[in-house]
This record gives sequence, structure tokens and C-alpha cells, in this order.
Amino acid sequence: MYPNIQLNSDGKLKHFLSIEGFNKSLLTEILDTAASFVNPTDGQIKKVPLLRGKTIVNLFFENSTRTRTTFELAAKRLSADVLNMNITTSSTSKGESLLDTIRNLEAMFVDMFVVRHAVSGAAHFIAQQTAPHISVINAGDGQHAHPTQAMLDMFTIRQHKNDFSKLRVAIIGDILHSRVARSEIQALNILGVKEVRVIAPKTLLPAKVETLGVTVSHNLIEGLQDIDVIMMLRLQKERMTSALLPGESEYFKCFGLTEEKLKIAKPDAIVMHPGPINRGVEIDSKVADGKQSVILQQVSNGIAVRMAIMAMAMQHKGAIV
Amino acid sequence: MRQIHIQHGRIIDPANHIDSVGDIYIVDGKIVALFNPPEGFKADIVIDASDKIVCAGFIDLSSRLRDMGHSRKATFKSETRAAASAGITTLCLQPDTRPVMDATSIVEYIKDLAEKADYPQIYPIAALTQKLEGTELSSMLALKQAGCIAVSNANEPVKNLLILRRAMEYAASHDLLFICHPNDFSLSNKGCAHEGAMATRYGLPSIPEAAETIALAECLELAELTGCRVHFGQLSCKGSVIKIHQAKKYGLNVSADVAIHQLHLTEHDIIPFDSAYHVLPPLRTKEDKDYLRHGLASGAINSICSDHQPHDLDAKLGAFPETESGISSLETLLPLMLKLVSQHAISLEQGIAALTQQPAAILRLPTGALTVGFSADVCIFDPELEWQINTDTWQSRGVNTPFWGQTMKGRVTQTLQAGKLIFSLEKR
Repeated sequence: MYPNIQLNSDGKLKHFLSIEGFNKSLLTEILDTAASFVNPTDGQIKKVPLLRGKTIVNLFFENSTRTRTTFELAAKRLSADVLNMNITTSSTSKGESLLDTIRNLEAMFVDMFVVRHAVSGAAHFIAQQTAPHISVINAGDGQHAHPTQAMLDMFTIRQHKNDFSKLRVAIIGDILHSRVARSEIQALNILGVKEVRVIAPKTLLPAKVETLGVTVSHNLIEGLQDIDVIMMLRLQKERMTSALLPGESEYFKCFGLTEEKLKIAKPDAIVMHPGPINRGVEIDSKVADGKQSVILQQVSNGIAVRMAIMAMAMQHKGAIV
Repeated sequence: MRQIHIQHGRIIDPANHIDSVGDIYIVDGKIVALFNPPEGFKADIVIDASDKIVCAGFIDLSSRLRDMGHSRKATFKSETRAAASAGITTLCLQPDTRPVMDATSIVEYIKDLAEKADYPQIYPIAALTQKLEGTELSSMLALKQAGCIAVSNANEPVKNLLILRRAMEYAASHDLLFICHPNDFSLSNKGCAHEGAMATRYGLPSIPEAAETIALAECLELAELTGCRVHFGQLSCKGSVIKIHQAKKYGLNVSADVAIHQLHLTEHDIIPFDSAYHVLPPLRTKEDKDYLRHGLASGAINSICSDHQPHDLDAKLGAFPETESGISSLETLLPLMLKLVSQHAISLEQGIAALTQQPAAILRLPTGALTVGFSADVCIFDPELEWQINTDTWQSRGVNTPFWGQTMKGRVTQTLQAGKLIFSLEKR
């Protein structure tokens, strides 16, 4: 059981490290709060003064464009001061430990860390070690969790499908290495979908994957039957060199989403991808750019959802959402 | 002539089939009589062992005392004090010291450190290959003559089976015991947790059971081919227990041990990302734990070791996969063994044998029993005494134990090593 360091003693959100441990009402509150930031007429996101005077540090130990940018935009729309730190080229390369980096930043009166790190458990470790007044948001840790991505995907699904309890969701691709998949599975199960189905060859599935609360298929054609939501995962090139797959073309043949295969799913199925996409590897361009694709909406929704999570995590410090 | 009289204790000595209340008489570091005093015996020291259990001192087949290149983690002084307080009178030292135990000068240095710590019964295990690199044989005979009790490549792989074969043949030529920690390096793939539900949930790099069982199967085949005596250290899974059981039935000269924590903890006990639980081989499933317990009860597994690995705080401070593996475990060895007894996994006699008679037999040492004429290595413990693991009670420099803060039942009150009182709870 995940230790409940994510909530403070009043049950308010303090850190956002993993979907595990949250209940349906908190996840729903995040989605509702995110919706309140979106102007219903033009879809634009309002600038609000909720975090004026607060300092947020984007602490990225791993490269990222989309996630870091949307976190930065979200923080700015909340009127916070934002500092971007790309640590891959900074202190740790000089031998400074993770903890020393954190201690130094703490001393600069920071209110929140948004952390991305290549090792599972890094955000959890920082949350445990950091000063009690600082909130930590996990922007992806190793293969463990990417909970804000999961929430923006839930937000996107809710825009298109009004009842989670009727949905069958397929997650396709490299489940083994995917922190996104782990967080999606947890969020979908907490929100009560009918089925989460993972579709991948055995080499890309972790051991005992069914214990996460999923059904398993190794065949895309069979697996896409009756599916309402299709979540594609990015396939890293290095999976070929580590003998997990024979090659990109065979992968595309078996697990690549084409217009033809998309027809197997329900006619109103939506197609999602956390990006960046590999056209012609996991997804055909016609599908990625097609009318069932919601991939760019996911990106836009990232701002409102991250605003909601950051604002809620600052509630314990007086931010009124 | 220094004479010690241990009175009224419940003497349990599996090697001599003794379990009854009585006295032990020690003269000049040797056991001279049990139950009835020898002629002319006049005690200089009397130890009252009423309501306590008296058994042979424990023999630990796998420990690391750090020091030398790792003295910030622990020292011979701190760890031998911890061992003495845990009733352990003989320690086998893994060869992955810094520098590696592949030269007689290192062995001499270890002996010197042991003498200076007033704990002479430390047996170094020699490196099987030079620098533990798995490519060239170490000078095993010279290392044996310098005082090494066995050979092992610690947790480092010997990837080339031809080299392993030759190393085992060479060890067999000098009647050296080979201690194998079965782990296929490529299959374990830098993992840090058992390949199962827990690692899957938390996205931790994982190690399948097959990493252990395949390496174990290879080594069993080579044991038959080479005639080398092999002891398998720190087994962690069901498949290994089954293979060892079959090999013994088939007649191979092999033995095995299990680390005490593997008999109590599983992957499901791990508090997510708590590095105190980061240990190799990893904590596995309840089924594996049950098989290890059955294996111990049935004799497929001969003995229990501490697999003591003390660490400094920094070594355990970080994201789980980036922390160092290992548990500081000398001081929990006895209470956790007694817990197995209270949970009816093994009998008290079996538990004591697994810490005394069995490891002595594996190492072919004339100890591990209260036999008249043997060196007086004696452990006296109160099986009912409860104590909490905290900074007041804990002796090891390494506080890296998942049992920190818990209350343990069973505590050593006195330890004698070669007739010398090296620990007394009252004196602390």
C-alpha cells in the first residue's frame, strides 16, 4: 500500500506523486477544478492570481519539452514565479547529490518542486526529504508514475465520453517501460471503467501485469474489439537494440494503429497518445491526424489539469481554489 | 588456569543430542565437562543461566564488516561488538572487501584487524578469481594456507562457464569449499526487486527467479563434473530449494543456506520505495518464503546466515534503485530464528543447529557444538526477553534494517569465545 504522504493531516492534497492512494472524489475534484479554468466559450485558459508570490521550480533531471512547457505555462497562468532547472547539464554532473541539490533550492524559499527524474521513486524520495512547507509534483519518475499525464488524459476522455463506468479502454505498446501506462491504469480503475485492456507482445509487458487490474491481449486485432478509448504508447528506439523487438516494421505490422485496424474498435472510439509520436512505428499518420484523434487536445488540456493540481497542492498554504 | 562454571541453564546441543538443564565447565578456553564437575574444578567465574538457554556460539557463513575501504560504513570493532552481542562467535567474511581478498597480504591484514578488535574468530573467504573479475584464478592454495576457509566470487559473476569449471576443478584439487551465490548476471539485468506484482506496480527494474535457478542449475552440473564441494549461499526462491533437494537426493556433495530476512519478509512487506528493504537477492513471494522455510525444516537447506551488510546513512538515502543493497542483520539473527520456532516453521533444536552444528559441518570446523574438548564458544540467551531495536540497544554501525523500531523477543545475555566472555548484557 502506498504510504499516504500525498495528503496532509487535514486530508488536503500536498504532494502529487502517484495516482495510487487517491480516491474517486479527489480525482474528480481535480477534473472539475481543471474545467473551471477553461473558458467555456472559446476554450482559452484564464489567468488567475491563485499562486501569486509563490515560487515553483521545475526540476528536470531528464529531458522533456512538452511536459516542462505545459507545467511552466500552468504555473504562469496561476501567477506563480517559475524557475526552470535542467539538472542534466547542471550540478549533478559536478557530482552533487540529488539531496544536496534539493537542499540548496530549499534555501532559496521555494514553495513547490515539479520533478522529473529517470529513476523510479525519485519524486517520492524528494517529497520525503524536503522541508515540510514544500509541495512536490511528480512529472515522471523512471518507470513508476506520471500522474499529471494520467489526469490530463482522464480530462480528455471526460470531454468526449460522459460516463467512465461504461468504457473499455485499450492501452497499446510498451507497458513495461511506461510510467504513463501505470498511472493511466490506476486512474482508469479508480474512476471505475468497465475494462482496461493492455495490448502488447510479452516482451513489453511487466510480470504479473494483471495484478494492476487489467486484461491482457497479445493481438491488436482481437484486442481492439469493443474498445471506446485507444491509448497508444510511444515506442523508444532503444527497445530494438535490447532485443525486446525484432524491428520497427514488424512492430508496426503487429501493433501499429492504422485506419483499417481502427475500424475494429467502436466507431466513436477516440485515439490518444502521450507524445511524442513516432509516425509509422506505433501509429499511422492518417490516424494520428484523423478525426478520431484527440492527441492535440491532450496537449492543450495539460495546462488546465496541471494548473488544477498545482493550485490544489498549494491549498494547504492558503491558495483558495 | 581460568575456570568458568555456567550453572542451571537449559543446554541445547543438537550435535550431541542434548536438551536438558545442567551445568557446563570450562577450563582454559575449552569445554571440560557437562553436567558433572571434573575433579578439582574451582570456578573463577560463575554464570547463572537459570531460565536461559545455553548453546554453542553461532557461526555466520556470510557477513561483511566493511572497514578498510569502507570504514565510514562500519569497522571491525563496531561489527564484532554487534556480533558478540548477537551470540555469534565465528564470522565468515565475504571476499568483496576493498581491496578484494585475493592476496595473502589482505588476509594477514584482516587477521590483524580481527586481533585488534579482540575478536579473533573471523574466517576470510578467498576470492575465487583475481579482483573478483571472473577471468583469472586467484592463488587459492596460498590463500587457503594464509587462513581462508573457502573460496567464492561473492556477488560478482563468473560469466564464462569454462573459467568457472576450471576454478571449481582447481578448488577441488585443494579440497576447498566453493561458496556460490547463484545469480545469472544477464538475467538479473541490474534489477533491484523481485520480478512480480510489487516491482510491476512501482516500475522497479526486476530480477526473475530464473536468474537464480539457472545459475544454480549450471553450478550443480559443474559440481558433478568437477567433484568440487559447493555451498550455495543466500537462496531466495522455491525453484532453488527444489533443485537443492533433488541434487542432495541424487548424491551431490552440496549444501545451502538462507539469509534470515528471506524467511520472514516478502515483496509485499516492502514499504514502497523504502530502501531498508533493498536487498539482493530480492525479497520474493510468500510461496518462495514458505518453500525456504520448508527447505530448512526438511534439511534441503542446511543453515541460516545473517548476510550482514551494514551501510552508512548516505548509502540508503536516495531513490530505491539507486541505493545500495543489503541489511544490517547480525543482531536480529537470534530473535528472528526464535520467531520461526514460535511460528512452528522449525523446532528450536533445528533453529540452533542451523546456526551452529550445520555451518560448522559445512566449514569442517571443530566448533558449533558443546563437545568436551572443543573450544568454549558458548551463547547464553533468554528466549523470553523482549527488547526494542533502537539506538540504545543496537550495536552495529549500520542501522539499515527494515525491523528498526520493532520489538524483538529473545536476547543474548552472555557470549563466550574460546572461553573468553566477549559479551555480557548486564555489563553493558
